[in-house]
Amino acid sequence: MNDVAQVLAGLGSRVGSRPGLVHAGRRASFTFLLEIGERPFLVELDRGRVAAVEEGPFVMRSWSFALRASAGTWQKFACRYPEPGFHDIFAMNRFGHCRIEGDIDVLLAHLGHVKAVLSCLRDDAS
Amino acid sequence: MIEPEPIVGRYLTVPVDGRDYRLYFEEAGRGCPLVCLHTAGAHSGQFRHLMCDETVTDRFRVIAFDMPWHGKSLPPAGWQDEEYRLTGRFYIDIIMTFIEALGLERPVVMGCSMGGRVVIRLARVCGDRLGGVIGLEGTDTPEPWYDSSWTGHPQFDTGEFCSALVSGLCAPHSPDEFRWETLWHYHQGAGGVFRGDMHFFRTADSEFVGDSGAIDTAACPVWLMTGEYDYSCTPEATLRTAARIPGAGTVIMERLGHFPMSENPAQFRGYLLPVLERLLEGRGT
Repeated sequence: MNDVAQVLAGLGSRVGSRPGLVHAGRRASFTFLLEIGERPFLVELDRGRVAAVEEGPFVMRSWSFALRASAGTWQKFACRYPEPGFHDIFAMNRFGHCRIEGDIDVLLAHLGHVKAVLSCLRDDAS
Repeated sequence: MIEPEPIVGRYLTVPVDGRDYRLYFEEAGRGCPLVCLHTAGAHSGQFRHLMCDETVTDRFRVIAFDMPWHGKSLPPAGWQDEEYRLTGRFYIDIIMTFIEALGLERPVVMGCSMGGRVVIRLARVCGDRLGGVIGLEGTDTPEPWYDSSWTGHPQFDTGEFCSALVSGLCAPHSPDEFRWETLWHYHQGAGGVFRGDMHFFRTADSEFVGDSGAIDTAACPVWLMTGEYDYSCTPEATLRTAARIPGAGTVIMERLGHFPMSENPAQFRGYLLPVLERLLEGRGT
């Protein structure tokens, strides 16, 4: 099982190594917040690529939408075979493991790409 | 020469409410009719693995049709001047009209998701004409897991979005090839069709809780089968529905999600075959 914060730091190369994924997300340029417990991270997407991952704290920085969950939840999400309820951000939201907030329109407009980027956090995605 | 699959596709035009609906259907096998209903926004291709499974087709005539507006079935003439909105009454009418048009004798009807919900209603109102129902990922009441305003979002009318929306409903164990084929069905959907199906699936139009208890499962056996990874129709919701239907059988399927027949057919058949066996035994054949 990987350390999600550590993997997050290398997310750019994981995503960048999958040209099909980058192509599919070529219209995705925005920044979202991924919170692991108390630790906030901003993930900046630029035409599908992960341009930067920056750890907070931040002072009133803007972001489009936020995905907030405990370290344990992200840990479960990042397993190759997550247990039921931890295998998808909407599953985690439905069962109260994760909060999804902010500009949901941006999330919906790029839903497939956001899910694909997050799937690169998984053990088998390196 | 390469041997083709045993699946044969045909077209049939049926009248419902004074309008003609040209339906595409495909089938394989012989024996007890098994009519399969696809999920919202998808098409009959979800059942292709079942139709190529000789253990099933040796004893069942497996038939799946595309609902109007879906797959290779057409919308009715004049579709360009209306908004597609599936209603419970039309859904039941088109299923029973299709069954009667083919002259099927007491078929078993197996539907998934919105198809899994409508079969519960079918068992209640048409049970005397059926040999049983199987609700895959089916409950008797809507339990929305996203805000209703999403259906008005421009992305909601695109296949790419519909695919992404349902992608998490597959189990992580499902083979990549079949998970992505399942999602491709959603990529293929025409704009507004998935949203139109939600009119049935997410509203009081498919609220059957008050009536489920009156189903006569001695006349029409009811089986509810749900994947453990399905967070749209959860195992808990399935068990609650089954508790309202005296005599209903329930199977919670491990390592499966919302699309058992198409996302992981090998895993699914292990659960389905015993249920089909029970239905055949009850039929006395």
